[in-house]
Amino acid sequence: MVKGMRKKILVKEEYCIGCRLCEIYCVTAHSQSKNLIRVFRYELGELAPAVIVEEREYTTFAVQCRHCEEASCVRACITGAMHRDSSTGAVYVDRDKCVGCWMCIMVCPYGVIKRGTGSNKVASKCDLCLDRELPACVENCPNEALVLTEVNE
Amino acid sequence: MRYLIIGTGPAGIAAAEKIRGLDEENEILMLTSEEIAGYSKPLITYFLGRKVNEDRMFYRPPWYFEERNISVMTSTKVIEVNPAKKLVITESGEAINYDRLLIATGGLPIVPEIEGLNPSEMEGVFTFTQWKDSKDVAKYITDNDVTEAVVLGGGLIGLKTTEALLELGLKVSIVELSDRILSNTFDKKASMIVTSALQKRGCNVYTNDTIVQVKGKKKITKVVLKSGREIKTKLLIIAIGVKPNVGFLKESGVRVNRGVVVNEHMETNITDIFAAGDCAEFYDPRLGKSSTIAIWPVAFSEGEVAGYNMAGERVSYQGGIPMNSVEIAGVATISVGNTSAEVENVEILEYESDKRSVYKKLVIKDGKLVGAVFVGDIDRAGIYTGLILQKVDVSSFKDDLMRDDFGLVYLPKEYRKKLMEGELKVWLE
Amino acid sequence: MAKRRSTADFVLERDDYKCIRCLACVRVCSYGANFYDERENMVFTENRKCVGCHFCEAICPTEAIVVQHNPLAIRWNAHWTSEVVTDIMKQAETGGVLLTSMGNDKPYFTYFDRMVLNASQVTNPSIDPLREPMEIRTFIGKKPLSLELEESEGSVALKTQIAPQLKLEVPIMFSAMSYGSISLNASKSLAKAAQTVGTYFNTGEGGLHKDLKEFGENMIVQCASGRFGVNVDYLNAGAAVEIKIGQGAKPGIGGHLPGEKVTEPISETRMIPVGTDAISPAPHHDIYSIEDLRQLIYAIKEATRYKKPVGVKIAAVHNVAPIASGIVRAGADFVVIDGIRGGTGATPKVTRDNVGIPIELAIAVVDKRLRDEGIRHLASIIVAGGIRKSSDVIKAIALGADAVYIGTAALVALGCHLCQKCYMGKCNWGIATQDPKLVRRLNPEIGARRAANLLRAWALEIKEILGGMGINAIESLRGNRDVLRGVGLQEHELEILGIKPAGEAW
Ligand SMILES: Cc1cc2nc3c(=O)[nH]c(=O)nc-3n(C[C@H](O)[C@H](O)[C@H](O)COP(=O)(O)OP(=O)(O)OC[C@H]3O[C@@H](n4cnc5c(N)ncnc54)[C@H](O)[C@@H]3O)c2cc1C
Ligand code: SF4
Ligand code: SF4
Ligand code: SF4
Repeated sequence: MVKGMRKKILVKEEYCIGCRLCEIYCVTAHSQSKNLIRVFRYELGELAPAVIVEEREYTTFAVQCRHCEEASCVRACITGAMHRDSSTGAVYVDRDKCVGCWMCIMVCPYGVIKRGTGSNKVASKCDLCLDRELPACVENCPNEALVLTEVNE
Repeated sequence: MRYLIIGTGPAGIAAAEKIRGLDEENEILMLTSEEIAGYSKPLITYFLGRKVNEDRMFYRPPWYFEERNISVMTSTKVIEVNPAKKLVITESGEAINYDRLLIATGGLPIVPEIEGLNPSEMEGVFTFTQWKDSKDVAKYITDNDVTEAVVLGGGLIGLKTTEALLELGLKVSIVELSDRILSNTFDKKASMIVTSALQKRGCNVYTNDTIVQVKGKKKITKVVLKSGREIKTKLLIIAIGVKPNVGFLKESGVRVNRGVVVNEHMETNITDIFAAGDCAEFYDPRLGKSSTIAIWPVAFSEGEVAGYNMAGERVSYQGGIPMNSVEIAGVATISVGNTSAEVENVEILEYESDKRSVYKKLVIKDGKLVGAVFVGDIDRAGIYTGLILQKVDVSSFKDDLMRDDFGLVYLPKEYRKKLMEGELKVWLE
Repeated sequence: MAKRRSTADFVLERDDYKCIRCLACVRVCSYGANFYDERENMVFTENRKCVGCHFCEAICPTEAIVVQHNPLAIRWNAHWTSEVVTDIMKQAETGGVLLTSMGNDKPYFTYFDRMVLNASQVTNPSIDPLREPMEIRTFIGKKPLSLELEESEGSVALKTQIAPQLKLEVPIMFSAMSYGSISLNASKSLAKAAQTVGTYFNTGEGGLHKDLKEFGENMIVQCASGRFGVNVDYLNAGAAVEIKIGQGAKPGIGGHLPGEKVTEPISETRMIPVGTDAISPAPHHDIYSIEDLRQLIYAIKEATRYKKPVGVKIAAVHNVAPIASGIVRAGADFVVIDGIRGGTGATPKVTRDNVGIPIELAIAVVDKRLRDEGIRHLASIIVAGGIRKSSDVIKAIALGADAVYIGTAALVALGCHLCQKCYMGKCNWGIATQDPKLVRRLNPEIGARRAANLLRAWALEIKEILGGMGINAIESLRGNRDVLRGVGLQEHELEILGIKPAGEAW
């Protein structure tokens, strides 16, 4: 258990309009070029968004790693790649350690870990864009359906 | 005060982590019979297959223990526990006292009785549960120019080892007693898909069969199967399962059935002695049943529960279920819970893609999901695992479960809300 | 049916190099104008379906989209304008009344744009609103002609009984827009903005949704000819009651919310069965004279125990001044006058574009008439219909209004792009729609923030201008036509407005 402030993305289901901009901004934020058009033209094959937009009739919402307090993925990870960073409280994948055994995919109750494709055959998921002030999905959601908060634990 | 933990596997480490989280002062001492602590067992097959180098073997690197002020003694095998004096005796005769003790000694490989086989004397025959085994096998392969191997047991460890041997370019034959590989967790169809993927990679799979005789003088040269088939081989890996490693507790008074019997707080029958992981047998008071489930996530969770309770915080274990994720011959597979149709009164939902590259199966009992198998497409499998662990009634959205786009949006609003707000504790309470 | 012969009003241009096939534009267009062709791997637009709401343009992450007017949809002609020709074509196709929404968009004279304001130079110093107090708080309601004070033991107390008042921190309120014509999220946005800024929103004639009850202190409830959702609780739920006789976008006619829009929650708030047409008759069937109106005003005052101001809203028509006088004499605490530019959710185009008079003239004549009759203090004047900016507010108050109502401007703050298709109920911005998929597009938190920002911005500008004129309270601006001068206006228009031409001194 980590004590202290920890960032969390709130999902406001009732305001998601299903545009999926969060997905493309997520991909772009994690690309080489960081440019929407270049990502689309040259980089798309290797990248998958860490945020998933679900849709059914009138309900749509985006969901990305919840950075669980008692994270199932961390429990199940056999390499120690999936870990909670003690300074940020976020759950990360250490790409160098991950062997792609997909134990985490088996247990994450949100289904938000993806199998990396191509040369990145490691688990891939939301890293809260900690190198940015605001996560890309939050910053670019046109309707504030994703909101960054800090929770105290 | 000293917390003593026997075993540096996931159960032991999880316990140590939780104890340190709650108690920053008192001594934590961990013992392991192995030469190295903090490495990950499941990675030994990756190590053999050269997918993981020495550095990446460490689940928790040595500095990790130092940083948290956790002492570790390697090559220290416990041979006796004395609850009356609150101490344990090691192989070298040393007595180590404890205030609270955790037994997290994992499992031991099961070795069957086979004519002509005395593993300790015959070279080229290995079990495969420790890093040392992996190193030994690797060395044996190079030293003896091994080009083919026989793996006895088509379970998880057997297949993972097969995968590694295939990586090294060996020709592998799997011998499995039951009618299919991974019979514990897979149904026929799932096994078939994996079997044919293995066969495509040049692997022989012999089911309904076993080894009745091993030939060779100092080194193994051949195995004879029950069916009469003879296979020439310089290498035999025995991987027919593990049993709780509890022999050293014989005189201790700690209650052992198959494993060390523990309650939902991971307490044994003796005060201040706890057990967790592959060596433990959890008695679930709500089900009135006990089980030993030798998998990593269960070992880790039990370790956490033990840690909490050893440090004085009352936490209950919710019970685990068998589950596994393996990629074999390029096919990703996940199985969770009870996946065989043999149980009565179950409803089965199945999906199979045209080219049989994807297979999914769900088992529903009394309106609740109790098992799931995914082959080829494992994306979002954890949502189903969550439903199984949370015992959610799926009757109202049963027809949606097999949809291509199945996701959280199909879950009952209440459950989804709780889930999204992070209110659900999946493993412990 | 034969192929439609009318041409597209808008052309959507998509820069194919910039388009990243994210399909956001396809997903969001409620009119189904954008579509993706998988084989071509291209995104296309059916221009004829585009209503020019610019939602996809705003959403497109790469700015690949530009929505433009179809420049030559119809061959240019000063008399047979493309609008005229398109309208004829539509009517030739449908044989029906042309419906439209929002306010009159015709190039009538906007008097606000022909009036300029004064400023202090040398002889009367201007005031810096950042350094000195500036009062723009406004009270709506009946004022006493004089105050009687009581002195006892060295302290002074007010003896005169003051009629109930509305207290506005800015002289701007949100005009009546019913839940039904706009979405609940739009109503919530305005309600919340009114609450934060300290002013009022108006329920319109659609009754009161339960989620809006909590905003009662900042709410005016409306009672119109359909009497939807009106009962004693409703009348008491807000801070004031407004009887609606007419509205600027459709003077002389009633309203009609088609049955298919009367969904479960709407039926609940309007208190009518699901699926039935909600018809507001053209007149109130119990009001055929000023005396009848007086009865209703007092019936409502009784029902609200004389604790809330009761007002009357009318459209600005030729006889607006005597009618307003009658309303005041009938006991109204405030009169709302809605000019020819007033907006609406649905109205016949012919009415919207041709009936009524500009609000500027109406304010001037009503204020003058009430003053001449010595009854100006009996009621406040609230004006509406095309107030676009802070200078319009200042000019309206200088002409004699107490406060203004904004409708269109508020909706624009929420995202409205004036596509004038409210009546279709498919508003992409989530404002004029009841489709749950579209309503969610307006997050009331964002809406409230934006609407409140607009009021704050205008308030700052009003203070700025007041200071420039050396005035430190909005009280001193009201009816102070000396601060106005006309530019390019005819002598008689100047007379009606009661202002001098620019260039003429005091
Ligand atoms: C090859 C292989 C692959 C696997 N792959 C998977 C997988 O993909 N997924 C999965 O869920 N599970 C997998 N498992 C199972 C998983 O590794 C175990 O469930 C898990 O390691 C059990 O953890 P534990 O802490 O209970 O015991 P262990 O990890 O077995 O640790 C036991 C510890 O106790 C020490 N010890 C034992 N006896 C003594 C003694 N007498 N004195 C001192 N120390 C002692 C040992 O040295 C060791 O440190 C795999 C296992 C193997 C062998
Ligand atoms: S960007 Fe926002 S509104 Fe669009 S899909 Fe993502 S969460 Fe929903
Ligand atoms: S990946 Fe899943 S289990 Fe892990 S922290 Fe994120 S949401 Fe929780
Ligand atoms: S929103 Fe823009 S980038 Fe996306 S498909 Fe439409 S035009 Fe292309």
